[in-house]
Amino acid sequence: MKLKGWKEITPGATVTEPGSSKNFKTGSWRTLKPKFINENCIQCLYCWLFCPDMAVTVENGKMTGFNFEFCKGCGICALECPGKKGNKAIVMEEEGK
Amino acid sequence: MAKVVAVTGNEAVANALRQIDPDVCAAYPITPQTDMMQRFSSFVSDGKVGTEMILVESEHSAMSACIGASAAGGRVVTATCGPGLALMWEMLFVASGLRLPIVMPVVNRSLSAPLNIHGDHSDAMGARDSGWIQLWSENAQEAHDNTIQAFRIAEDMEIRLPVMVCLDGFIISHSIERIEYLEDNEVKNFVGEYKTLNPLLDLEHPVSYGPLILPDYYMEYRRAHAEIMSKVPDVVLDVAKEFEKLSGRKYGLFETYRLDDAEIGIVILNSAAGTSKDVIDEFRDRGIKVGLLKPRLFRPFPYEEIGDSLRHLKALCVLDRADAFGGSYGPLFIDIASSLYSFKKKPVLINKIYGLGGRDYLPEHAELALNELVEIAKTGKVKVIKEYIGVRE
Ligand code: SF4
Ligand code: SF4
Repeated sequence: MKLKGWKEITPGATVTEPGSSKNFKTGSWRTLKPKFINENCIQCLYCWLFCPDMAVTVENGKMTGFNFEFCKGCGICALECPGKKGNKAIVMEEEGK
Repeated sequence: MAKVVAVTGNEAVANALRQIDPDVCAAYPITPQTDMMQRFSSFVSDGKVGTEMILVESEHSAMSACIGASAAGGRVVTATCGPGLALMWEMLFVASGLRLPIVMPVVNRSLSAPLNIHGDHSDAMGARDSGWIQLWSENAQEAHDNTIQAFRIAEDMEIRLPVMVCLDGFIISHSIERIEYLEDNEVKNFVGEYKTLNPLLDLEHPVSYGPLILPDYYMEYRRAHAEIMSKVPDVVLDVAKEFEKLSGRKYGLFETYRLDDAEIGIVILNSAAGTSKDVIDEFRDRGIKVGLLKPRLFRPFPYEEIGDSLRHLKALCVLDRADAFGGSYGPLFIDIASSLYSFKKKPVLINKIYGLGGRDYLPEHAELALNELVEIAKTGKVKVIKEYIGVRE
């Protein structure tokens, strides 16, 4: 992306394009990575609800995995996930493993 | 038609705010500003204005609420002084950085400790580089007129910056003077309908305020701010011209008094300028060519114009009602010296610190400075560049 000069920016750094945060990929900060274990998932969507970004992907009302362009690896989804019979449907793994 | 009244500075400014009828006011009481906002909140309670008055628990919150209301798309006002302005410090930069046209009378007061509630410029001088525009006022009339003009300057579509209107605590805020009011509809028409820029409450066009700006863009925003500041003087002069048509009162970037043919001069802000002018008249009667310059637009500081008006003098005394501890000279002196820096031929400069914490500025103080200037103009010799006057040894 070409960076704008000072004459081209909006007054007061106001963002006038709604939803433009989609353009800024922030996933590179991650050191830990959530791993989805489908067979332990009860589709409660707690992970989707608690994710501080929008990094849990849901299709047709079902949790399907993560968008790693935005997931920061905070682990909140894994912490909140109730899983099935004590087995978590999300576990955190070290990035690059 | 002008109405002549006898009112205090606080009352005059509160009345101007009543006529302007802003959308939102969030303020916290602090002496000597209290009486201004108390009067304005009476207008709110009595239904004289439609303003939403937000009572807050501190000045930090007052400015925060003003920022929210202004970003939402309202015309917003607050007022403060001294330590209240100091507590707003963080939010001052947010207001200016977000380019929100908030107007804030500042009733100049000293900073603690030692605890003191009286007239002093340390508060506004501390905030002079916060990205706000600053207009300074000699008397109640100027404070009133500057308040009305401040809305037009702040809200100009090219500018969109917050404005402080400075007036001296107690000396102006609490003394009764003869002043001329404009009619309500004249002020309303002059200030005009509030025009919004990217308001948060325009749901058809969603916007976000206050995003994180990293090193790749922060400097571009600062550069843009500097550029906007450079456009302020022209807008101030345009607004002043229109205001003169309405009121008959003339305003510029600064006022000069008997300066054109002067050989020595004084630069001084706010109420003490009045006392100095009387003394200048006495010196003139004795055939001594003395003049005065009183800045009005202090931020942005009109360096070129001020330097140009002072460069012909032989000797010049800058009087500061605030000190820059351990810096070098008083804040006004530093700017005046900068304005003259680029000229080969320029006056010899001295700096006097006066009137701190409400200490009276008396005619004899002006005389002392002028007598010293007469000597310097004659001999070219400076005893001491900076000294405190009106202080016990
Ligand atoms: S690790 Fe954090 S950011 Fe990534 S999906 Fe889970 S909650 Fe969202
Ligand atoms: S919180 Fe766990 S169990 Fe619930 S939907 Fe997400 S992954 Fe499945």
